[in-house]
Amino acid sequence: MTALRAPAPVPPVRHGAVESTASWSRLDRIGLALCWAAGLALCAICAAILLFMLFKGMQFLRPALLLSHPLPDLDQSRTGGFLDPLIGTVVLTVLGIAFALPIGVATAVWLTEYGRPSWLARAVESGIEIVAGTPSIVLAIFGLIIFQEHVFGFLSFTAQGGSVFGRSFLTAGAMMALLAMPLVVGATREALNAIPAHVREASYALGASKARTIRRVLLPGARGGIATGATLGMGRIAGDTAIVVILLGASLQMQHGDGPPGYRILSGTGSTLTTYVYNNSPAGEGNAPDKAYAAAFVLLVIVILLNFAVGAIGGSERRVAWGR
Amino acid sequence: MRRMLSAGTWTDQRVERLLGALACTVLALIAAMVVFVFAKAWPSFAHNGLAWFGGGGNVDRQLAAIFDSPSNPQDYVYTLHAWPMLYATALLSGIAVICGLVFALLCAVFIVEFAPEPMRRVLEPAVRLLAAVPSVVYGLIGILVLVPLVGNHVVSESMKRSVAYVVQLDGTSLLVGAAVLTVMVTPIMIAIVVDALRAVPRGWTEGAAALGVNRWRATWTISVRAARPAIVAAAVLATARALGEAIMLAMVAGSVGFAPNPLDGLLFWFEPARPLAATIVDNAEGLSVVPFGQTIYAFAAVLLVSSLFLSLAGWAAKRPLKRYGLAAR
Amino acid sequence: MGSLTEPPPPVRRIVLDAEPRVVEPSAGGNGNGNGSGHLRHVPRRRDPATAVRERMQVEGLTISYGAKVAVDSVSLPVRQGEVLALIGPSGCGKTTLLRSLNRLTELTPTASRSGRISLDGEDVDGLEVTQLRRRVSMVFQQPNPFPMSIADNVAYGLREGGGRRRSKSDLRPAVVDALQRAGLYDEVSDDLDHPALRLSGGQQQRLCIARALAVGPEVLLLDEPCSALDPRSTETIEKLIVKLREEVAVVIVTHNLQQAFRVADNVAFMYLGELVEYGPADQVFGSPRAKRTRDYIAGSFG
Repeated sequence: MTALRAPAPVPPVRHGAVESTASWSRLDRIGLALCWAAGLALCAICAAILLFMLFKGMQFLRPALLLSHPLPDLDQSRTGGFLDPLIGTVVLTVLGIAFALPIGVATAVWLTEYGRPSWLARAVESGIEIVAGTPSIVLAIFGLIIFQEHVFGFLSFTAQGGSVFGRSFLTAGAMMALLAMPLVVGATREALNAIPAHVREASYALGASKARTIRRVLLPGARGGIATGATLGMGRIAGDTAIVVILLGASLQMQHGDGPPGYRILSGTGSTLTTYVYNNSPAGEGNAPDKAYAAAFVLLVIVILLNFAVGAIGGSERRVAWGR
Repeated sequence: MRRMLSAGTWTDQRVERLLGALACTVLALIAAMVVFVFAKAWPSFAHNGLAWFGGGGNVDRQLAAIFDSPSNPQDYVYTLHAWPMLYATALLSGIAVICGLVFALLCAVFIVEFAPEPMRRVLEPAVRLLAAVPSVVYGLIGILVLVPLVGNHVVSESMKRSVAYVVQLDGTSLLVGAAVLTVMVTPIMIAIVVDALRAVPRGWTEGAAALGVNRWRATWTISVRAARPAIVAAAVLATARALGEAIMLAMVAGSVGFAPNPLDGLLFWFEPARPLAATIVDNAEGLSVVPFGQTIYAFAAVLLVSSLFLSLAGWAAKRPLKRYGLAAR
Repeated sequence: MGSLTEPPPPVRRIVLDAEPRVVEPSAGGNGNGNGSGHLRHVPRRRDPATAVRERMQVEGLTISYGAKVAVDSVSLPVRQGEVLALIGPSGCGKTTLLRSLNRLTELTPTASRSGRISLDGEDVDGLEVTQLRRRVSMVFQQPNPFPMSIADNVAYGLREGGGRRRSKSDLRPAVVDALQRAGLYDEVSDDLDHPALRLSGGQQQRLCIARALAVGPEVLLLDEPCSALDPRSTETIEKLIVKLREEVAVVIVTHNLQQAFRVADNVAFMYLGELVEYGPADQVFGSPRAKRTRDYIAGSFG
């Protein structure tokens, strides 16, 4: 019996849509409705937050604000801009990442490539998770405790009586490094693990030592992951307020500290956009909500740009084919 | 292998030790953190004993008394009953994580299964964006929009008068704090659960469909069940974030160390509540006064212990789930 | 690499004219009764005297993924009481055809289908898809037991099939019955609440068959069920398939011609989406009419 010939042609039925819910029980349908409600609520909240900040930012942001220093006037709502806090954010972010990257990458490399003895590797992994889960306010307090000891006096202001203030860009940067480090470690480990074993084996087969393989083959190959981790870390640092409040003193203008000229900025105090927003809101001393909105908008733009950068780096690195 | 490589093994061992030492700085830092914070916080615990965790008295007045201690170390005042702040911390974090988890689960299922394609393409980056918004921006929106809304329009004059002798109902309240905190912790939970739902093996989802189970039931009984370790991880992460949230809650949930009373009925939601982290931020200027500083360090110590316990709890909760072949993440 | 204090492994000498060594299995077998110890697969055709009942009709089915046609105008009957095997080289559309029988192709967004498939006379498009899939069950190539206990796996279709969820104790008799029909009950009767993932590959596949049978289907679709299993498990499942053909209509897709020969009563050979030949197994394998069938069976391609 050969194949039967087809009867009259019927137009093709396209499928792939969600099945009809006609046969579902009431409980199932309620569940689906809840899902939809949650999804729509999420859309609404996202839109509300982003559009509101956009609107307020556009309303209150003027280029003069970005470029002028804050003036220590009592009537904050009329004078001055937030150049100092903006510089403070940039300096702190760069400093924090500069501290976090070496330690983070070293830890990630040790965990993936060496990791002996294994109990130590597990302990270090748990340690990273614990640091990631510690609230930034606790890290800030810890930083204050440590850096107020005399031995660290060179990092910040030292008063005449010998008490160390413990507040400066350097100390805040050091604690910010702890914030960023788990992100750097995580992203670098992922990138290193994504490099297939045969690449390492090829390098060893050519006679390279492990250290040389790491330096010449693996780290350049993990560049994308390291950049992703660094960008994620920068985003986190830029958005943190608690450490700044405790460890940077939140003075409106940048105060220079002691020491040689370039160092004075780092050992001095200042503020960042985050504390500027906090201080100008009704919760702080100043009462300039429009400047707070403007600064918050700039902060949001910075963080969003960093986020997009992560996506862009991640996207381009995914196109690296390791050749299977 | 070691002995056969003549050149470079010496460097290899050295590099390994160096990297290992750098990696262990994390452990050293954690140990230092625990030791130092507790050392500095000890006097406050020692003077109060277990009553430190109990209730009694107005916390703000106690803090002021500590701040005004005479400068003679013998006369330092340490009396503190921190219960209102502990209670507020637990209340805010608990409400935010529970509501957030339910909301995040529903949203994650929506994004993975039921959202139309254009909506999904907008929602996913939006969730990632929300997760990256700094807490001070949430606080700003809260304090400039939600707090006046609650204070002027939701809370009536009579309500305010009824408790005016105890506390001011000006809009900074448990309700606004919990609501904004929920919105803050939900995006990261959504991201984790969506990743986990997408990683469920196709064999399981196809197998469930082939048995004639409708999409909703299949998603809940198979995919969500398979994603349980990730849900636990997400809840732990969210709780850690909620516990440590200082700035936003300082702006939005009140600067009064008050314990909202559930017996007050509806007013319960409008009363201010200041958790530990926010208390630290609010009182950061007074750290130079020794007993005051030690009290603040005591708050930090409590937060540190709770976050350590959280990490432990998360690890312990995931272990039994490995039995049924659910991959640990 | 071990330390150099151990002696190096022995070097085997190759002797060019040595007699070949043949390993004979020991007499007495290993318990499956043949005495020679190796497996013997004998074709088991259905008894021609038993009646067959037509369950599904495929008429002029064409399935395309986007612009690519996967199945081109195929018409076939599916009958209870006999096993239908779909054979053909990779990419010939046999799996697509199988998956369209329970409308599983709808899970792929780009798939479109024309033609008619009917189950007991009703068009499958007119049926509610979840109800259709309970009447036409499927077992996949890779065993895919859910991350639950064995009893929960088998009861899954019954519990979640709509309506109120019945309790696990209510469903236990149905679970036991399905496991017995799948020939697995004796091996797992004590372990019904243990995780299903602890079973061996062959047992997992039989569990999947039990799970598919528990919902009481009229047609059972098997997508290369033995390709991931060892020969012993394969034999067990083939015996099971033959036993099941009385109760359900069985359609099996296989790329293993010997398996099709052993198990099937009717064979459909597909090539590049077209149904090239359809007929009784002995005729298609013994004296195939189409040249392409002859070439495929002889091994010229595929």
